[in-house]
Amino acid sequence: MNKHLLSIHDVSAPDIVRVLDTAESFREVGTRIIKKVPALRGRTVVNLFYENSTRTRISFELAAKRLSADVINFTTSGTSVSKGESLKDTALTLQAMGADAIVIRHSSSGSPLTLTRWVRGSVLNAGDGTHEHPTQALLDLYTMRDRLGRIEGLRVAIVGDVMHSRVARSLSFALAKMGAETTLVGPPTLIPPDATAWGVQVSHDLESVLPKLDVCYLLRVQKERQRQQYFPSVREYARLFGLTRERVTMLPESALVMHPGPMNRGVEIDSDVADLPRSVIEEQVTNGIAVRMSLLYLLLAGSAPEGGVTDA
Amino acid sequence: MPEVMPARLRFRAARVVDPASGRDEVADVVVQDGVVMPADSGPRETVLECDGLVLAPGLVDLHAHLRQPGREDKETVESGCRAAALGGYTAVAPMANTDPVADNASVIHEIRELGRAANLCDVFPVGAITRGLEGADMAEIGEMVEAGVRVFSDDGRCVPTARVLRNALTYARIFDGVVIAEHCEEASLAEGGQMHEGLISASLGLAGQPRETEEVVVARDISMARLSGGRLHLCHLSAPRSVEMVRSAKAEGLRVTAEVTPHHLVFSDEDLATYDTNVKVNPPLRATEDRAALRAGLEDGTIDAIATDHAPHAVEEKEAEFDQAPFGTIGLETALAAVLTYLVEPGTLTVSRAIEAMSTAPARILGAGAHGGPIEPGRPANLVVFDPAAEGIVEPPFASKSRNSAFLGRRLRGRVVHTVCRGSLVVADGKAQR
Amino acid sequence: MSASRLMDEDEVRRAVTRIAHEIVERNKGASDTVLIGIAARGDDLARRLAAEIERIDGTAVPVGALDITFYRDDIGMRAEAPEVHETRIDFDINARTVVLVDDVLFTGRTIRSALDALVDFGRPTAIQLAVLVDRGHRELPIRADFVGKNVPTRKDEDVRVALREVDGQDAVLVEERIRAGGMEGA
Repeated sequence: MNKHLLSIHDVSAPDIVRVLDTAESFREVGTRIIKKVPALRGRTVVNLFYENSTRTRISFELAAKRLSADVINFTTSGTSVSKGESLKDTALTLQAMGADAIVIRHSSSGSPLTLTRWVRGSVLNAGDGTHEHPTQALLDLYTMRDRLGRIEGLRVAIVGDVMHSRVARSLSFALAKMGAETTLVGPPTLIPPDATAWGVQVSHDLESVLPKLDVCYLLRVQKERQRQQYFPSVREYARLFGLTRERVTMLPESALVMHPGPMNRGVEIDSDVADLPRSVIEEQVTNGIAVRMSLLYLLLAGSAPEGGVTDA
Repeated sequence: MPEVMPARLRFRAARVVDPASGRDEVADVVVQDGVVMPADSGPRETVLECDGLVLAPGLVDLHAHLRQPGREDKETVESGCRAAALGGYTAVAPMANTDPVADNASVIHEIRELGRAANLCDVFPVGAITRGLEGADMAEIGEMVEAGVRVFSDDGRCVPTARVLRNALTYARIFDGVVIAEHCEEASLAEGGQMHEGLISASLGLAGQPRETEEVVVARDISMARLSGGRLHLCHLSAPRSVEMVRSAKAEGLRVTAEVTPHHLVFSDEDLATYDTNVKVNPPLRATEDRAALRAGLEDGTIDAIATDHAPHAVEEKEAEFDQAPFGTIGLETALAAVLTYLVEPGTLTVSRAIEAMSTAPARILGAGAHGGPIEPGRPANLVVFDPAAEGIVEPPFASKSRNSAFLGRRLRGRVVHTVCRGSLVVADGKAQR
Repeated sequence: MSASRLMDEDEVRRAVTRIAHEIVERNKGASDTVLIGIAARGDDLARRLAAEIERIDGTAVPVGALDITFYRDDIGMRAEAPEVHETRIDFDINARTVVLVDDVLFTGRTIRSALDALVDFGRPTAIQLAVLVDRGHRELPIRADFVGKNVPTRKDEDVRVALREVDGQDAVLVEERIRAGGMEGA
């Protein structure tokens, strides 16, 4: 495996299978009373979160701690990050502290790649701007495989603001790599014009797509997109593209409803729909810890610890 | 430490490429007292052997940002002129988006004086079209013309309304040879755009701006040129349809000229795959097929000139996250080598056409009669001598105060050996003499 | 690179039977005993032992599988992280006697890892170790309670156990390690 995980393009299909298989073992660890293994003891994992995201950060933090790594949180509130220190200087500081892995979430696309220029440890992209969120895509694949037994040949729809969604990009690329069929659904203003080059179909009619799906994956619609006039109103968006109580019955029995969270109940997904058994949104969260453990383990176990001094 | 300037210089056996006179032959060129002399031998000559070298009229850059006054940390007139001279330029036109803006004779004088003091190349300051570059009230064009300005531009910004542009073009007809140069960018389409809008921007998760951002304004501006009868120059074209429109406008007899940058001729949006901020430029690098149209437009003369759009930025600004980094690349020191390596060598341009685009045509547009050739006795000696075969990797140190070069790390062929400005050898054997 | 056969199918079968008897004898029955095989082949061996114990003693002994990859002491020293197998211990190990089962006992580091892992699952009354082959060269103070066969080997040799469940045949093979640089399996 590559030293860094910046994009889904950093992992091959066999790598992905390896990540998912290893995650199975870590899921088992999560069922034990002592949910910890010593695999990354003595390693330091830094969560460098320029964007507020409690759930993803906690997921990574738990993952690192369950591997017995030491965790440092650099978040926007407090610390030099908020005082306007440049990414470069923050990186050099972390490097001086001997970070083995840096998990970075940032609002600028490409910043994880920029970070790799200044640090020796592994860099994991926890979401950069509208570019990618590879760990989310991997935990989504894990959930699909777990529930449906396979990924190849699955028919998946990704519904919503694809244009501004890093999750949609990573997931589309990942599904294409694993041989699934993806359709992007949403208003034309929210789907990149060149998206078909990603090996996906595009549709602007949700109801025509629903009956043939194995997975309906909903994206969060942000209110500022309405202010930027990508669609006239949240109400109209929900009316045309929301997964309502009525629409969910158009899905095949076995189809899953997924969402990366946090949900806008009543916009992209009706409240009742979110609570149906086929909505595996909570499982996605649980699986997230196992998948992130798997990634941290695979990235760091194949390399020596940072810095010369090991544990006393 | 400048040595005593030799009284009489002979450039022996150079390949003289002089588009203005149609010459392309091996010959001697003699310089004395600031002008070109007849080539018969004279007393106390210093001979510079130029076997295998090309001698051409000094290059003229229609479009550079020298940042002074205001951002002397990024560049000064002096450091910019040194970069220019090392790049083979004997004339540079610095844009008006300084701080304070060059929208009045005082700032123009200041910039020109700084150029004179540096004594490395001629500086032809560009004046702003509108006061403060605000796009509303016309700046005092007449006053600036009296101060020697011939090209006016709000570059950095696009004139926001057709009306303001029309007025400027029309008004400028009072003055002979005055050109309004436009940076064509439709603000609402460009908003937030970090690069060219296309497959690459979609995959990189970066907001893009489509070709239409430029084309829409090129169409508008050409219409205003038609309506006003004025002289319009279009800066740094990037899109094929812009080139087509210029072609039609010229065929129609409108007084429209156009320029393209070396980086738009060499790179494409694919070069942004690693989020390299040194190739984050405005207008953005477009798709590979667009580049072909730009090259063809340059080759057939639709695009008159190559201009660097030399845009220095501080290291820490360019090292920031991609969407935080400012747009621009430096270019004065690499322009000639880039054009030779990527256009002349592969056969897209002849050396003569390249020199025409980098010297003769821009000199004409700028109204810089002392530059651009022809190289003949009696005319001011503004010359460049270069070695087309010498190879080097583009890396610091640069003469420019900034390092943000799109060509960083690339191997280019073509090295400036001597630059002569008004008869003075300002660059000798690749080294600045001041 | 010739492999020589240390144990053939019959020898393996007899060794398993003998170890099963020894476990029952040593623990005075198998009522409070559980078997935990160290993945991958220790797992299959453990199941065979359980079947034998049931045949001999009539007791159904719980069998679990333990993957020790996450407890290894050489994490970060290899080019690639090693493959992980399943851990499955669906029973309580507190106050029971755990018999760890592995195919080959060599440096003892795998067993050390297994002990660390087990401790996270509970507090057994005792932990015993059963191995099919003990090839010597211990690097830690670890010893087996039940051994199928003691085989002196050179450090540069590889001992491989083939089991019907995984490899289609039962055998214990030893061969000289190929000196092509880089480590082979542990």
